[in-house]
Amino acid sequence: MNAPITASAMALDGGVLAPSDVAPEAAFVPSRGFWGHVGHRLVRDPVAMGAGALILLIVVIAILAPWITPMDPYKGSMLRRLKHVGDATYWLGSDELGRDMISRLMLGARLSLFIGVTPVLIAFVIGSAIGILAGYVGGWLNTILMRTIDVFFAFPSVLLAIALSGALGAGIFNSIVSLTCVFVPQIARVAESVTTGIRKRDYIDAAKLSGASPLTIMRVQVLGNVVGPIFVYATSLISVSMILASGLSFLGLGVRPPEPEWGLMLNTLRTAIYANPVVAALPGVCIFVVSIAFNLFSDGLRAAMEIRQ
Amino acid sequence: MSVIPSAPDPFAHDRGGPAQPLLSVSGLYKHFPVRKAGGKKQVVRAVDGVDFNVLKGETLGIVGESGCGKSTTAKLLMGLIERDSGTLLYDGQAVGERAMPWRSYRRQVQMVFQDSYASLNPRMTVEQSIAFGPKVNGVPGREAVERARALLARVGLEPKRFAGRYPHEISGGQRQRVNIARSLALEPRLVLLDEAVSALDKSVEAQVLNLLLDLKAEFGLTYIFISHDLNVVRFISDRVMVMYLGRVSEIGPSDTVLDAPAHPYTEALLASMPSLDPDNRTQVALLQGDPPNPIDPPRGCRFHPRCGLAEPICGDKEPPLDAVGPLHRVACLARQPSSGHSAAPARALAA
Amino acid sequence: MSNPEPAVTLENLRVAFGKVQVVDGVDLTVERGQAMALIGESGSGKSVTLRAILRLFHEGRSRIEGRILAAGRDVQALSKRQLADFRGGDVSMIFQEPLLAFDPVYTVGRQITEAIQRHEKISGEDARKRALALFERVRIPSPERRLDNYPHEMSGGMRQRAMIALALACRPQVLLADEPTTALDATVQIQVLLLLRELQRDLGLSIIIVTHDLGAAVEVADRIAVMYAGKIVETGTAHQVVLDPHHPYTIGLLRSRAEGALAKGSRLQTIPGSPPDLANRPPGCPFAPRCFLAEDQCRREMPPVAEIAPGHRVACWRTEDAAAAYRAGPTPVRAAEPVPA
Repeated sequence: MNAPITASAMALDGGVLAPSDVAPEAAFVPSRGFWGHVGHRLVRDPVAMGAGALILLIVVIAILAPWITPMDPYKGSMLRRLKHVGDATYWLGSDELGRDMISRLMLGARLSLFIGVTPVLIAFVIGSAIGILAGYVGGWLNTILMRTIDVFFAFPSVLLAIALSGALGAGIFNSIVSLTCVFVPQIARVAESVTTGIRKRDYIDAAKLSGASPLTIMRVQVLGNVVGPIFVYATSLISVSMILASGLSFLGLGVRPPEPEWGLMLNTLRTAIYANPVVAALPGVCIFVVSIAFNLFSDGLRAAMEIRQ
Repeated sequence: MSVIPSAPDPFAHDRGGPAQPLLSVSGLYKHFPVRKAGGKKQVVRAVDGVDFNVLKGETLGIVGESGCGKSTTAKLLMGLIERDSGTLLYDGQAVGERAMPWRSYRRQVQMVFQDSYASLNPRMTVEQSIAFGPKVNGVPGREAVERARALLARVGLEPKRFAGRYPHEISGGQRQRVNIARSLALEPRLVLLDEAVSALDKSVEAQVLNLLLDLKAEFGLTYIFISHDLNVVRFISDRVMVMYLGRVSEIGPSDTVLDAPAHPYTEALLASMPSLDPDNRTQVALLQGDPPNPIDPPRGCRFHPRCGLAEPICGDKEPPLDAVGPLHRVACLARQPSSGHSAAPARALAA
Repeated sequence: MSNPEPAVTLENLRVAFGKVQVVDGVDLTVERGQAMALIGESGSGKSVTLRAILRLFHEGRSRIEGRILAAGRDVQALSKRQLADFRGGDVSMIFQEPLLAFDPVYTVGRQITEAIQRHEKISGEDARKRALALFERVRIPSPERRLDNYPHEMSGGMRQRAMIALALACRPQVLLADEPTTALDATVQIQVLLLLRELQRDLGLSIIIVTHDLGAAVEVADRIAVMYAGKIVETGTAHQVVLDPHHPYTIGLLRSRAEGALAKGSRLQTIPGSPPDLANRPPGCPFAPRCFLAEDQCRREMPPVAEIAPGHRVACWRTEDAAAAYRAGPTPVRAAEPVPA
């Protein structure tokens, strides 16, 4: 809204009637477009920006990890195991094999983020496609697709991920596949409900009247309107995905030692929980902080997108 | 002017000549199944046997209250919902058959919706919305955009200022102008306006009505104008069709129908328009209660339970839509000779 | 009226949301037993003016200035608790959409009896008797049965009547109606308008009705106030305003109506341009940029309110020219059309 204040006044004054005209002097301000407005509002949200900055920092560290780790993350030392946080050499202590914790956490961010984010991205594409198709076409296709998806909802997502990973065997690729399978139904269901809401709008009817094919309407008219809400939902799944991925590694179904991955590190440090609880908890803290950051960012994005429907 | 679909000769695509109706609707039916709380299956008789013609170059007004089927009729005419039965003849060709498939019919018949906001994609600029139709019909991108801008200019919105705007950035009247521009982008001959000015403020409504008159003259359009506002319909229409509970109760030249209505329902509708004269306010409402629900319409004449002229025969016999004057047809037994109604005129009119 | 104290008095009412001055100095008096219509287009501030009488705004986001006297109470001075009694008790309100006024999970009758019991100490049986009488009063057919209906089981017109019954439950002195008939069919609208007139006459109710429809205003109101951009530009009896308008905006509203068109196919007279941006108002008369009579003075200074006949007040520098132009008939007085609305 070029003049959001006028809009709020309008809402009080009748509501159904059209908002008043834009001011003539404001008329030449170029339109920001929807995403421009979202960005504008997001930038003004300190919590979302803080969370976004933290995510960015961790991503940068993860990318640069092989070059910036203070020590070799794989090289252990039998003599210097389980050093405490604040040690002169090992700033964040060392693990049960005497490897530098900070280096392993930095390198571990790579795998943890990778197997946390990738399934969500893949599921975002597949799930949106299924959901939009089911929502737009409706009828029997909707029934078949959505009832199939309901089957997946019969299992708790943790159980489903473990079962699929177990069946496929351990490994990074397999855990990504199994996590994708967990998230596709969830995203598809959201995409379907958003699309069903859009399908009844007059502008879709108007597009049909112009002779456009269903595929064109889905691509040009529907996609732009549903991709936002689905994306917000997907970002909120990243935290779940990271926790599930860590869980799989913890159970030995994901990453295999000696590769550093936060979930796996949490598992191997389990034995040290009494000897050095602070160090043992560090990978958990990382998972927790990153998950929260993704959640806060997705909340901010959701708020920024509620401009006017 | 080259990119605006200018149609100096409104009959350029004409087939049947000026005397053949542009659109001929007969036996149109649409029932929607509903399930009541008891689990009993019922149908809403939304459109229950509607016949009418739209003449070339005219404006046909359709009036009626909620539940009368005027909006369903509009959707049926546009093929947005499937009809149960009935035929549409567009310039003599059956719509939906080989000679006139829906796709080519829709290029010639376009619609403007009531809700100016809901009928524009909120994520597309005004220009993109208008250019969408030509693009999917094979007009090259740049040309489609040029056409969109020319049309924007034609509906009174300076392209430089408005082309890049989003629907929420312009006022309701401006949005409705955009919708009108979009409906013209495919060079239609018939435009269906479904309550297109009802949500606008009066002074804006007047501006848009003027625009509609200008566009009609310039592009040689034919309008179907659906509205609940009899004053607006009287102003813009050549002929008026009054609907009640899914059927046509009266159709005829707008001066005749609105100045000397033959159907008691039309009369009641006219009497319920608020008076603008403070010294001569309305004293009694001719009709009591709400328009009935089209789920279980009364037998015989659908209006008879509320009608001042009703006689026992009205509950038994469904009145046909018969001529009572030149171009003027009414579905009321009291107006039809030898119908059995005591008030019926003695002999048939030579109509 | 013999009672000297008016039912509602607004003195220099100003309501702002943030930087937007939606109501900008409204003076209005509604005598007891009188029906007043506030008309204007969207954004004119008519609804906001009405809602200010009940202080129906979020406290933090709005600023109300000026004096509001209604049913003998100073509304600005009421405490939260007093305000709750005042709303519905002394002054009540009906809306465009009755479904919003009712709770969908209780029967209409129960909601009315509860409203009565909240304001008065009265037995449930007596409250129900009163609810029944109210339903008869607003002419709901088979009222006994209808009291046990849920809101969604009623038709639109009947719900509107039920909402009027609810509004009258605690015998208010003033009824505020915000576009009460806009969503209704024509044949139902006229019934509701006649009902409002009847209630005004029989119960001595003072009514303020907000509408964008001049016709609805004429049917109900004794007096009409025309609002534009947060100001009242013309007030008078319905007769004065509709038949002898002295403000160019009122004239524009009357002329742009389709029933005023001389001949079919002739163009309607329109008001060029669109309402001003309320966040930064131009100096002078807010209507000047769209006015066919505007002069330099109009663009510089806000015109004072002039009483041109008893009870007929107009805020315009050129009332006589405007009235003369109206009497002269619809001459095409079209200024350049800068931006269509």
